[in-house]
Amino acid sequence: MQVDWTIYLTLLGVGVILLLPRGSKDLIRWVALVTGVGALVVALQNYFNYNAWVNAQIAHGPLRDGFWQVVNVSWIPAPLSVQYHLAVDGINFPLIVLNGFVCVTGILFSWNIENRVKEFFAFFLTLIAGVYGVFMAMDLFLLFVFYELAIIPKYFIIAIWGSTRKEYGAMKLVLYSFVGSALVFIGILAMFFSAGGQTFDILELAKHPLARDVQIWVFPLIFVGFAVLAGMWPLHTWAPTGHVAAPTAASMLLAGVVMKLGSYGCFRGAMLLFPQGLEYWKWWIAWIAVIGIVYGAAVALVQKDFKFIIGYSSVSHMGFVLLGLATLNLIGMSGAILQMFSHGIVASLLFAVVGRMVYDRTHTRQLDELGGLAKVIPFACVTFVIAGAASMGLPGFSGFVAEYQILVGAFKMNPVLALTAGLSIPLTVAYILNANDKVFMERDQIAGGGHDHGHGDGPGSHPPLPPISLPERVAAVILMALLVIVGVYPSIMLNMIKANVDVFLRGAQ
Amino acid sequence: MTPVTYLDVLKALSAEVVLTVTAITTLTLDLAFVRRTEMSVRRRTIGATAAVGLLASIIPLWQQFGHPRAVLLGGTLAVDDLSIFFKIVIVALALVTVLISMDYDVGRHVGEYFTVLLFGAIGMMLLIGAEELLTIFVALELTSISLYILTAFHKGELRSQEAAVKYFMFGAISSAFLLFGLSYVFGVTGTTSLLAIREAVKGAAGAEMSPLLATGLLFTIIGFGFKVAVVPFHLWAPDAYEGAPTPVTAYIATGSKVASFFVLLKVLFIGFAGLEGSAFWGHFASGWTMLLAVTGALSMILGNCAAIVQRNVKRLLAYSSIAHAGYIFIGLVAATKMGATSVLFYIIVYALTNLGAFGVVAALSSRAGGDEMQNFDGMARRAPFLSLLMMIFVLSLAGIPPLGGFFGKFYLFAAAVQRDAQQFGLLWLVILGIVMSAVSLYYYLILLKHIYVLDGSNQSRIVTPTYLNVALGLVALAVVMLGVYPKPLLELLNSLIATL
Repeated sequence: MQVDWTIYLTLLGVGVILLLPRGSKDLIRWVALVTGVGALVVALQNYFNYNAWVNAQIAHGPLRDGFWQVVNVSWIPAPLSVQYHLAVDGINFPLIVLNGFVCVTGILFSWNIENRVKEFFAFFLTLIAGVYGVFMAMDLFLLFVFYELAIIPKYFIIAIWGSTRKEYGAMKLVLYSFVGSALVFIGILAMFFSAGGQTFDILELAKHPLARDVQIWVFPLIFVGFAVLAGMWPLHTWAPTGHVAAPTAASMLLAGVVMKLGSYGCFRGAMLLFPQGLEYWKWWIAWIAVIGIVYGAAVALVQKDFKFIIGYSSVSHMGFVLLGLATLNLIGMSGAILQMFSHGIVASLLFAVVGRMVYDRTHTRQLDELGGLAKVIPFACVTFVIAGAASMGLPGFSGFVAEYQILVGAFKMNPVLALTAGLSIPLTVAYILNANDKVFMERDQIAGGGHDHGHGDGPGSHPPLPPISLPERVAAVILMALLVIVGVYPSIMLNMIKANVDVFLRGAQ
Repeated sequence: MTPVTYLDVLKALSAEVVLTVTAITTLTLDLAFVRRTEMSVRRRTIGATAAVGLLASIIPLWQQFGHPRAVLLGGTLAVDDLSIFFKIVIVALALVTVLISMDYDVGRHVGEYFTVLLFGAIGMMLLIGAEELLTIFVALELTSISLYILTAFHKGELRSQEAAVKYFMFGAISSAFLLFGLSYVFGVTGTTSLLAIREAVKGAAGAEMSPLLATGLLFTIIGFGFKVAVVPFHLWAPDAYEGAPTPVTAYIATGSKVASFFVLLKVLFIGFAGLEGSAFWGHFASGWTMLLAVTGALSMILGNCAAIVQRNVKRLLAYSSIAHAGYIFIGLVAATKMGATSVLFYIIVYALTNLGAFGVVAALSSRAGGDEMQNFDGMARRAPFLSLLMMIFVLSLAGIPPLGGFFGKFYLFAAAVQRDAQQFGLLWLVILGIVMSAVSLYYYLILLKHIYVLDGSNQSRIVTPTYLNVALGLVALAVVMLGVYPKPLLELLNSLIATL
């Protein structure tokens, strides 16, 4: 099956779930899981075919055209001439696979949802389908359609199944996304008509760049519009509140995939089409990204809420993506693309630990109220340490490969830039270890077991926490395995990324 | 000019004739036979008769379709594929309105209700066929008066009476404005036929617009501004929408809007083709595009901002429809063929969407005890199917892909940008529209929050009749299809406009 079947299979899953009676919760869960796995298998199979193809190609020299056309038919007639055009290359393939993995593990981590199961998985899979679509769309209009398709389900998922000021968080997130997409919309219209009003096709438009002065004012519209969703400082404030309010699977998706929609859109919608605009603005982007990196890490350090820590860490790590993209050299940009994948996995794992493993059991996320969980749910502790290590950029995990390359790329661009961004590394180590300490080590606040370590007001006599369930274990192991595989054997992903970034860089000159 | 016999006119108007006969039949039927039966049976019998009549009127329309354009009686009646297509749209809207009404308590006067409803449809159809100022006025009055009466049909309710009186007062004033403007246009050009007006105006092109003609233009647009409820002529709309029986609200918001916009498009694009002026940023010049740009901008701002604070669903939809009239004006301001296509496409999508939304409100509010927002709390559990439809309609109004409302809005905006693509003269209007769409998402989501997120005190299931579910489901399907696959309708509209 072609890779576009990921979209259709997922939508089919939505249809089936809508037809099932709302009482048969297990059946609905299984349908969702089968759908997610089916789409993932399709994605993976195509991924490895493409990987083999790229490796065969680059054995003979640099790649000429990295795209595999999937489908390209006329959708809306002239004068708008919109094509239903899907294509894949080494940039979006890792993200498609990422989406598949986050979908499957997200469903597994949502296995314990009992309230309105049917609607939950319907919204969840709609969101997934939209994300698949964005990653594959090669027509700006189509990309925009899928992008907006992915916005609305987030509102309902957060507002219905979320916690902690959920309606506020949901509305804030959706309005931020929508304002961002409004900017993109204006930019797309301006670009379409400046380019002669012939086509929205990204690959066609990229062949005929616009006049420089047009590029310089349209580029920021589209870039910033997408960057809102990528959590670019100072437009990142939706991210922590949204992540905190969201239920586990939704925070996984938000941090793991949806933020990548933003950075991917920046790359595909803005950078590819406006080389001169990019050249003009790249220092702005780079410095703003660095501010976001350091700011996110510093703010994460002082948070009292476990989930806010992870939320701000996402802002910091997404800053790396933007920084890598702005370097405009092979190593930096390849790192950025890999970082999208890597952070997607890391963030999903961290949010799973915080939201599902810890919060669903203890019903608190305050660092002061947690403690000693390592004894009670050791699996959660191990997962957190591994994800945290990948987040810090420890060698052996994917995060290292990605962030190291970004920093090297940034160093080539300007050493001060790289050094400032590097400040975030000790900060990251600090907030991860701090959280680890407070939640899993230290005093036995929640661990209970009847004994009280002299904390008169401590909730020492909690009932024992439920053990980590099988779906959680499976999902966590899948994600951890990915971190290690890509960390130890990065060329499985990096070859195709590099080959395609190379195509982009040669095209931009 | 070949002499026209009454038979020719009757043939051209056969659909309207069918409806007139149906209207009289429903009235007689109600008075003579079903007066004493139970109310719900009575409504269904009479409603079904009206529905059959509406379906039957499609047959002559269908037969007229595809023939070359014919203009009878100096523009009183134009028969071309575009107007036939829109007459079919009107019939479809009236049909769904009838179906919604069959399930809604419209009081004792069932026969009169459906009769007046059908007369309204006839007025709208005549309006669509008219290309002559006096006929336009008469048809507009027939439509409006029918709607005033329908608005007052909640006889016991004060707000229905207030709404009707307010609607009537504003409507009467707007008719006066319109007639005044049209008389000036006639005075200057010496004709009431739109095509002849265009020729007369063209002769004067290049020179300064005469003050008399400018006055005529201004007052005509004000008159239409009242009918389509744009700021600052919108004051009647929220009250009329809220007070009228909900199926009537649906009818006012869809059928009469479609007809009014269609004829406004004709008047502006045919009659006043030489008087566009300019609404380009920094190059304003007097003419109707500038008037429309300003009123459209005000409508978008005020409609969307005022909708935020509404707590009544019908009022909220009223303000939203004021905003939508503003969006449609963007397409009119473009004053190009693409603009015309976009306006026609959008009014169809808009009408279907609003019809569906009001239909759901009508079906649910009578069973949930009111049309305030909190009456809809937890509706997703009580009526899952209609709630899903409501989500589709509301998101389409908000302009979320892949629904029809998104594509329609995109097309409007694209048409406006395309008008002056080099200098982006109309981009200011488009940016305003896009920003206001972002604002609108807020209140649409609030409405959906009540339906989907909040839990109401009452958890009992709501059962609605199957025919209503099917009808509204089909409307929702159409809204989705127009977004996912707009190609057929777009190509049809493009080809029909080319023949104009």
